Amino acid sequence: MLALFQKLGYTTLSTLQKLGRANLFILHVVTGLPEILTRVRLLLVQVYSVGVLTVLLVSISGLFVGMVLGLQGYNVLSDFGAEQTLGVMVAASLVRELGPVVTALLFSGRAGSALTAEIGLMKATEQLSGMEMMAVDPVKRIIAPRFFAGCLSMPLLASLFSMIGVMGGYFVGVGLLGVDEGAFWAQMKSRIDFYDDVVNGLIKSAVFGVIVTWIAVFEGYDAVPTSEGVSRATTRSVVYSAFAVLGWDFVLTALMFGGD
Amino acid sequence: MTGGNADDEVLVSIRNLVFSRGSRKIFDGVDLDIPRGKITAIMGPSGTGKTTLLKLIGGQLRPDSGTITVDGRIVHELSLGRLYELRKKIGMLFQTGALLTDLNVFENVAFPLREHTKLPESMIRTLVLMKLQAVGLRGARDLMPAQLSGGMARRVALARAITLDPMMILYDEPFTGQDPISMGVLVKLIRDLNRELGLTSIVVSHDVEETASIADYIYLISEGKVVGQGTPDAIRHSESPWVLQFMEGLADGPVPFHYPAPDYAADLLNPPA
Ligand SMILES: Nc1ncnc2c1ncn2[C@@H]1O[C@H](COP(=O)(O)OP(=O)(O)O)[C@@H](O)[C@H]1O
Ligand SMILES: [Mg+2]
Repeated sequence: MLALFQKLGYTTLSTLQKLGRANLFILHVVTGLPEILTRVRLLLVQVYSVGVLTVLLVSISGLFVGMVLGLQGYNVLSDFGAEQTLGVMVAASLVRELGPVVTALLFSGRAGSALTAEIGLMKATEQLSGMEMMAVDPVKRIIAPRFFAGCLSMPLLASLFSMIGVMGGYFVGVGLLGVDEGAFWAQMKSRIDFYDDVVNGLIKSAVFGVIVTWIAVFEGYDAVPTSEGVSRATTRSVVYSAFAVLGWDFVLTALMFGGD
Repeated sequence: MTGGNADDEVLVSIRNLVFSRGSRKIFDGVDLDIPRGKITAIMGPSGTGKTTLLKLIGGQLRPDSGTITVDGRIVHELSLGRLYELRKKIGMLFQTGALLTDLNVFENVAFPLREHTKLPESMIRTLVLMKLQAVGLRGARDLMPAQLSGGMARRVALARAITLDPMMILYDEPFTGQDPISMGVLVKLIRDLNRELGLTSIVVSHDVEETASIADYIYLISEGKVVGQGTPDAIRHSESPWVLQFMEGLADGPVPFHYPAPDYAADLLNPPA
């Protein structure tokens, strides 16, 4: 019994310590912003490897998710004779929920895990220590460009996901199932609100971008510098990101859409 | 660089250093002096804390107590900015080379220049090629670190360590895992660079022969203490049984061959239930 409490206490303490480290770490990363603004090239290289290389994955996934939404939505809506609102349903699901959430999960699997592994390996091979000894701050030189590249890429990727998803829903709904084209777009246009839906969706994806990239770079930087340690850190990066994204999605949804 | 009085002759001075990892005391009252312009070797078995000592000198770790003075400044009392200024004057050669794997050889050597200076590209090129020439790898400038042999990687790291014209270089196990030829190359490079650039060198190693052949002075460390010191000749003719065992590579001696274990016969006859 005592042992159980001991273990519980230890776990709580070490979790709190880690949270503390993560917070100090992100403050340190943010102080690297002025330097990045004077050396934009460092950021662009990372936007390419974190963002651009994720475009294909996000596009294909968006297309399929949109097509599935078109099929499922049609099945339900046609029971009520409301097929014309298919466009609204597809767009609202994508822009409010699936765009930000699914993109964040894909982003963490494709880019977040790669960031964690890369930074962890740089630590394990003493590249980060080596930089410190060359009087270069690795948090500002290595971590900060990657962090800001991730934060910048996520909202763009989520928007892309939603746009392609709507196209997928359109192909299935209008192209295959014969929903009226004019109604599909007109209903979507009149019922999707710019502020309530689009802006809230963008805010969500921006928040998820910060969370996922933060977790990814911190797990890499905090990894035990061995092959095993890096492998564990990579797994943790993806798992924690998934929990954090789904948890925060609930909180944000409650705040944004909870009332009506 | 060299001043008149005796204190100026010492670049790094360590007094009563205590440092622990967890409950284990890695250093327990170590005193060392590293003279300017000389090659000082610090030797000891693996795991005694040689790398740790270099990190303490470079300010990456803080001592529990005691002082480490580098060029008249107490390292662990410096602000981060001052510490970085000091580090620009110290080159460190990591055991693995620690080259940046996403940059080629040229860019690795140019890295400190690009980070710390605003020199024009043509000047950077000239400086980098000079440093690469000094280590004999001017022709390898376009290779990526993964394409280099272990010995070449260390030479590139050495070129990078001298790009900012430091006053001191710290070498972490420069000979470990090298074939005889690259071993010879590295021995010659360390000796020549120290003389020609007027550097101070600290070589941390457990390779007795090579280290003894270039060092001006040797410290032997074991179990957190300095157990022997002197010129290579003096060390070779030391009376201390520990020094003798280490220098001659004897299997048994003050460092026992057996890891502490219960009595052998009793252990064999009493298997656990
Ligand atoms: N980051 C670390 N955390 C905990 N213990 C460490 C760490 N680095 C080294 N040690 C321990 O400190 C001791 C000295 O390590 P090190 O300085 O690398 O020895 P050497 O370079 O002489 O082989 C070793 O027992 C090692 O296990
Ligand atoms: Mg070592």
